[in-house]
Amino acid sequence: MNMPFYVAPEQVMKDRADYARKGIARGRSLIAFCFVDGIAICAENKSSTLRKVSEIYDRIAFAGVGKYNEFDQLRIAGVRHADLKGYAFSRGDVDARSLANQYAQILGQIFTHEMKPMEVEILVAEIDEDDGGGDQLFHILYDGTVVDEEMSVVLGGETEAISDRFGELEEAPELADGLRSAISALSGPDRTLGPAELEIAVLQRDTGRRAFRRLDDAEVASLVSD
Amino acid sequence: MNLPLFRPPDDPGPNFAELLRRSGFENQTSTEGSYSGAKIPTADYRHGTTCVALRYADGVLLAGDRRATSGNLISHRSIEKVFAADRHSGVAIAGAAGPAVEMVRLFQLQLEHYEKVEGEALSLEGKANQLGQMVRGNLPAAMQGLVVVPIFAGYDVKLNEGRLFEYDVTGGRYEEAEHASTGSGSLHAGTVLKLGYHPDMDSGAVTDLAIAALFEAADEDSATGGPDPIRGIYPMVATITAQGYRRTDDDELAERTDALIERRRAQ
Repeated sequence: MNMPFYVAPEQVMKDRADYARKGIARGRSLIAFCFVDGIAICAENKSSTLRKVSEIYDRIAFAGVGKYNEFDQLRIAGVRHADLKGYAFSRGDVDARSLANQYAQILGQIFTHEMKPMEVEILVAEIDEDDGGGDQLFHILYDGTVVDEEMSVVLGGETEAISDRFGELEEAPELADGLRSAISALSGPDRTLGPAELEIAVLQRDTGRRAFRRLDDAEVASLVSD
Repeated sequence: MNLPLFRPPDDPGPNFAELLRRSGFENQTSTEGSYSGAKIPTADYRHGTTCVALRYADGVLLAGDRRATSGNLISHRSIEKVFAADRHSGVAIAGAAGPAVEMVRLFQLQLEHYEKVEGEALSLEGKANQLGQMVRGNLPAAMQGLVVVPIFAGYDVKLNEGRLFEYDVTGGRYEEAEHASTGSGSLHAGTVLKLGYHPDMDSGAVTDLAIAALFEAADEDSATGGPDPIRGIYPMVATITAQGYRRTDDDELAERTDALIERRRAQ
């Protein structure tokens, strides 16, 4: 009879984490930051059809990096969770915190119990209706770790280098200023990124019930050119 | 509430009604078998009455009176029967108010849910068919008396024109070229529309015609509410154009209604 080799749990977890991190680092990164009228999410993404940033609910957005099919599955589950909750109770009862916790449960469960962890990092962002005081950025890692970020967050590979280039935000910038520094932080010193290689969306206050809006290439070009 | 994850063969796709079913919610769109027995007396539930819709140069207009009745009693004086379905479409409802409002709520959610899951909005034709399926799903309830007959109107962003759809109780979907009306006062309202309509009307002219149609319907049909200047209640009107759904403000409606009353007095 074959006996399975003993592998220390520390080693199993470390191998899985390395595997997930490698998968995530292969993809392109994204930056989310608070600006005066809401939250902007700026992702490097050449495709204009396979989205990294999407709408979940009235004031909630989703962004993912890593393996597309895996974070897209999570995105759809999030839309379903939010729409079911809004239908069963009321639209005001749908919030980012509970959704982020649900994601953390699922990712943690898969990380410890399944053969393969999900190679994704996701962001759940929610804007405050009145002012920026209650804006929330939940960063959820492949192992289910949830981090409640302040002002800005970088997801993907090379996060440290990109965060260093982007810097800490003391107070919320104007959208155009924030975007310019996000784009230069994502591109780094050796290259430049044009609107066609970026996917940018905002959650903006005072745009009616559904706060999520994508910025098209022309709008991005005119915002960052000034 | 859990995160709804499905195995690929069980995945409901962008269909919200199917998602409700698979998540263990009582599905409201298919009431088959859930109503049995005799007709429910009309005095026991609320009825919404007359709604009209018109196509015009810039898009479409939807309008409805504000009365709900339970049998011979007026049960609500300021009910709203015209709803935005999404940015470029709207629904007006007549019939049993409870199921009708629930149907509109599910329809709105379905359109938004589809748009979010698929990343692209349904075509106007697709929205009209979706509503038809919901009306058909209500047929068993309609047999018990809980009839819901909506009008669907929207601006088709692909064809760049307003379009109008009428339904019957079986879910039959009929596109109308000029105008549509539904509810107890629809015979009278429809006649006013038919006589007053011409294809190149502007938004002011169609608003006046819709108000006149509801005014005449209220004059002949006890279940249709006329303008109520004492309480400041006027018919509800919304237009849908390339710029989207917009509800006409009550001040403008009050002014147009007063002008109509003045014209009637002068006759």
